[in-house]
Amino acid sequence: MGEKLLMKGNEVIAEAALRAGCKHYFGYPITPQTEIAHYMAKKMPEVDGVFVQAESEVAAINMVYGAAAAGARVLTSSSSPGISLKQEGISYIAGAELPCVIVNIVRCGPGLGGILPAQCDYFQAVKGGGHGDYKMVVLAPSSVQELYELTVDAFNIADKYRIVTMIMGDGILGQMMEAVEFRNQEEIIPADKSWATTGTEMKRDNNMVTSIYINPEMLEKHNQKLQAKYKQIEENETRVEVYNCENPDIIITAFGTVARIVKNVIKTAEKEGIKIGLIRPISLWPFPTQEFEKYAEVPKAFLSVELNAGQMVEDVKLAVNGKRPVHFYGRMGGMIPSQQEILDKVKEILK
Amino acid sequence: MAKVTFFEEKCKGCKLCTTVCPKNIVVMDTNKLNQKGFHPAGVSDMDKCIGCAFCATICPDCVIEVEK
Amino acid sequence: MATVFKRPHALKDLSMHYCPGCTHGIVHRLIAEVIDELGIEGKTIGVSPVGCTYNNYEYFNCDMVQAAHGRAPAVGTGIKRVNPDNLVFTYQGDGDLAAIGTAEIVHAATRGEKITSIFVNNAIYGMTSGQMAPTTLMNQVTTTSPFGRKPDLHGFPVKVCELLSTLEGAVYVERVSVHDIKNIMNAKKAIKKAFQIQMAGKGFAIVEILSTCPTNWGLKPVDALKWVQDKMIPFYPLGNFKGKDLEV
Repeated sequence: MGEKLLMKGNEVIAEAALRAGCKHYFGYPITPQTEIAHYMAKKMPEVDGVFVQAESEVAAINMVYGAAAAGARVLTSSSSPGISLKQEGISYIAGAELPCVIVNIVRCGPGLGGILPAQCDYFQAVKGGGHGDYKMVVLAPSSVQELYELTVDAFNIADKYRIVTMIMGDGILGQMMEAVEFRNQEEIIPADKSWATTGTEMKRDNNMVTSIYINPEMLEKHNQKLQAKYKQIEENETRVEVYNCENPDIIITAFGTVARIVKNVIKTAEKEGIKIGLIRPISLWPFPTQEFEKYAEVPKAFLSVELNAGQMVEDVKLAVNGKRPVHFYGRMGGMIPSQQEILDKVKEILK
Repeated sequence: MAKVTFFEEKCKGCKLCTTVCPKNIVVMDTNKLNQKGFHPAGVSDMDKCIGCAFCATICPDCVIEVEK
Repeated sequence: MATVFKRPHALKDLSMHYCPGCTHGIVHRLIAEVIDELGIEGKTIGVSPVGCTYNNYEYFNCDMVQAAHGRAPAVGTGIKRVNPDNLVFTYQGDGDLAAIGTAEIVHAATRGEKITSIFVNNAIYGMTSGQMAPTTLMNQVTTTSPFGRKPDLHGFPVKVCELLSTLEGAVYVERVSVHDIKNIMNAKKAIKKAFQIQMAGKGFAIVEILSTCPTNWGLKPVDALKWVQDKMIPFYPLGNFKGKDLEV
């Protein structure tokens, strides 16, 4: 490993993208992620890359669509309300099978909501916020180091599968500073981009990037092709952390920042003779179903802790499939659960 | 002398070409129907054609090729 | 004898799906002729809109990208910013550009994006069967202004060239028509200049082309040409609004 720096999460995302060979960023200001745009505005000229501040998130995602169609590694970032505006564009990008990376530094909602951290965009990200049967790979870092590593991975995944890959952080991750250790050299996995619209140069038939197939047989075939791709991604790209799950009384599941709070709760509970395990989905889609199936009968119960009204808990229930009760504890509006609250909930469940 | 070729199967019978011919020789062939079910346009008297290509210029469907 | 007129290479030898007499077909051919004459087919990328011409990416021989409704200028921006040596043209109708895509066209223009915008104005939504568009004329009957467009109910038509000519970034703004031979020749000149301005990297160029919609205007194709002359041109005066003397 190479350089070690103390850096703000948002800036680490931008630095990671640059290191991953991303030379095109199209964005729009929105708290709490705009430092990504500031960083790109300063750094892109150094790598003769392109930074464009679009007139809206709608325009930004469509610039991403164009840049991706031209074969570039391209990034956009926003926060919840802005991500909502990008949903139509995301569906088009999914339909046209274009690779790109989108960062959502989630803030509390709904509506203008607030600017504090939350996880209330889980459904939008994994169940599909846009129209049509499509999926995005959604990666949920829980540290600034992971913001770096997963952003680099995101570009490789996007290119490999020609799929939208989202980094879903939250306001805490974006705004906090932590030590991050950069690799000397990034692994940029080359991908075949002969489909890109870069000009025929009179040497090949023209390339056409589109998401419309007016003929239903062809559109169904196209959808089947997308679904096959998603299956392949489920088999190969699922990422999860299993922590302290040897013979737990209860398994908590949490992603992102909340998982870190849970790790502290685990230590405290240990002293009180309560064994808590943690399953931390790192890829929210593809969801680590097999992990839950493996541990489904190990604890007395599961508890999902989230910064929302209960979203990932539904997928946990599906994966546990009734073998054990699945409880939920959440805070909303930007409130963050204390360790004590979570420990109290565990004790209540185990009574 | 000039010559025009009408790819009749591409004609949609819109008649735009018949309004611009300086020699008034571009007419619809009402004895014929093409695959699309239109009377295709054509030239009544090729000898009078001066190869100005006005008909081809206003045709929206590249039905007409002109030689001169 | 030599061939003096035939389908340009940049246009595929396909039958296009447009209604009989719809002048979209002419505009497509003019673009292709310009691409041929400038020898740029290998470097050109076109962007299709949503509307009657949603799939004109199937008709051109250069690389093409289909854009969401109203977003072609943003998609074009993305393409151009990745490969500045490519020539990018966007093709849009009046609903696509002047209704849902107003922000995108205004900001592509004011950013001075070095792309060529082809804007076909036929004062109606064609694909979705005849609704009122931002450029629908006063008192014009459409399926959503069944008693004629009225200011107090529907507001006023938008003059796009006049609007965009106020923007620094827009260096070439011209309105033309394709309702007769002279104007078709003129339209081709303007389209060519718009592409040349892009080749010279001077800034944003747009050509607004008054066009017909026989089907939704309820007119025979030949009468529709006359409607452009008698009704549209008085409200949408032809001519150059910016960059007439710009050297290319």
